[in-house]
Amino acid sequence: MPAIEQRHTLRKEHRMSGVRVLVGTRKGAFVLTADGKRERWKVSGPHFAGWEIYHLKGSPAEPNRLYASQSSGWFGQVIQRSNDGGATWEAVGNEFTYDGVPGTHQWYDGTQHPWEFARVWHLEPSLSDPDDVYAGVEDAALFRTTDGGRTWRELSGLRRHASGPAWQPGAGGMCLHTIVLDSSHPGRIYTAISAAGAFRSDDGGETWTPINRGLKSQGLPDPNAEVGHCVHRIAMHRSRPGVLFMQKHWDVMRSDDGGDSWREVSGNLPSDFGFPIDVHAHEPETIYVVPIKSDSEHFPPDGKLRVYRSRAGGDEWEALTKGLPQSDCYVNVLRDAMAVDTLDSCGVYFGTTGGQVYASSDAGNTWAPIVRDLPDVLSVEVQTLP
Amino acid sequence: MIRIVLPAHLRTLARVGEEVEIQVEGSATQRSVLDALEASYPVLRGTIRGHATHRRRPFVRFFACEQDLSHESPDAPLPDAVARGTEPFLVVGAMAGG
Repeated sequence: MPAIEQRHTLRKEHRMSGVRVLVGTRKGAFVLTADGKRERWKVSGPHFAGWEIYHLKGSPAEPNRLYASQSSGWFGQVIQRSNDGGATWEAVGNEFTYDGVPGTHQWYDGTQHPWEFARVWHLEPSLSDPDDVYAGVEDAALFRTTDGGRTWRELSGLRRHASGPAWQPGAGGMCLHTIVLDSSHPGRIYTAISAAGAFRSDDGGETWTPINRGLKSQGLPDPNAEVGHCVHRIAMHRSRPGVLFMQKHWDVMRSDDGGDSWREVSGNLPSDFGFPIDVHAHEPETIYVVPIKSDSEHFPPDGKLRVYRSRAGGDEWEALTKGLPQSDCYVNVLRDAMAVDTLDSCGVYFGTTGGQVYASSDAGNTWAPIVRDLPDVLSVEVQTLP
Repeated sequence: MIRIVLPAHLRTLARVGEEVEIQVEGSATQRSVLDALEASYPVLRGTIRGHATHRRRPFVRFFACEQDLSHESPDAPLPDAVARGTEPFLVVGAMAGG
């Protein structure tokens, strides 16, 4: 191919790159797609109409392989898999059986309560194998499939940790909601459980260490408690695997030693309560949160929906408001409902309990809704397509 | 031939119409009917009764011949009309919520 033609082809391919936003809602899943400009969107859905879709996510190794957690208070848990980017789906295995006798954990009234499977909160495909997926479930446990979702096996070392009987549910249940895989340390996995705290494994999930030193939680009688912390979300940039950012029930936290210790970086946020936290795709010290007024008022302070960005890895925050409602807005943004793409100009996305999915194609400087009237959004993931 | 009517969400999941027909070996009971249903439609495993316990999920009910059979023994014979296929066995998503 002549050089000039090859350059033309490369430019054309660059223009053709795009994003696929995967949205889980209270009443189904939606797939939103756009080219790299991220201005015109195609909306597909609802998939699995009427079912709760806590989470769906694509494989980094094979982007057209998607997994979705479909659940219902009536009919239980279903796992769906797509091999064509969400155009068609097939139900795969849905048997999540705890390994051995599940034992008990602390209940709301302080008594011990048996572990009972309720649903899958989060699906985390492995970084290298599309058939290898981790699932975080309620009551808190970590499962794994290595056959594309047909069968699931509990990595029971986490649930069997000596602190397990002291774990207790948060208001939303005792859920394992965060799974972070570290590509630079084979076998290193971070998880977070409400309301037990954060845990790290360095052997592929066989054994676990609580990593909650430095977290302060009101109501815990022991200020240095090993577990009992309501961690809402943990984020990591792949280029800085030792640096973790956490949105806790209250407090935004940072660790520079892989979770061995944490320090608060809430700084000038109008409220340090919130759910999601994420990191810019190309700037590992640029992070995003959505402050929420309080744990009893799950809406933005002053009725203004503001994303806050820190370019210093915390402590100093700026409000991002352009294109977001700045009056009479009383939605929430849930823990799994924020994501970033990896295009040159990093895109940031989040969904609300009011059914809006907002996108910014300039790292948060300006925002526009992709959709306004979905069911309440439970999760948002984004895939950057070649 | 046993006729089974499924709730809308499970029809969608199993990709079937309002009513499915299955063959049951031996006497028709809740257990034998659901065993045969799940054998024909594996995607329904875990959605009507628990995987391991085989207990009816709390918000699922069983009706037939204008009777609520939800609390009957899973091994109790179903009404003759169900066993003969003249009446369907109804799997119902219980009305719940506001």
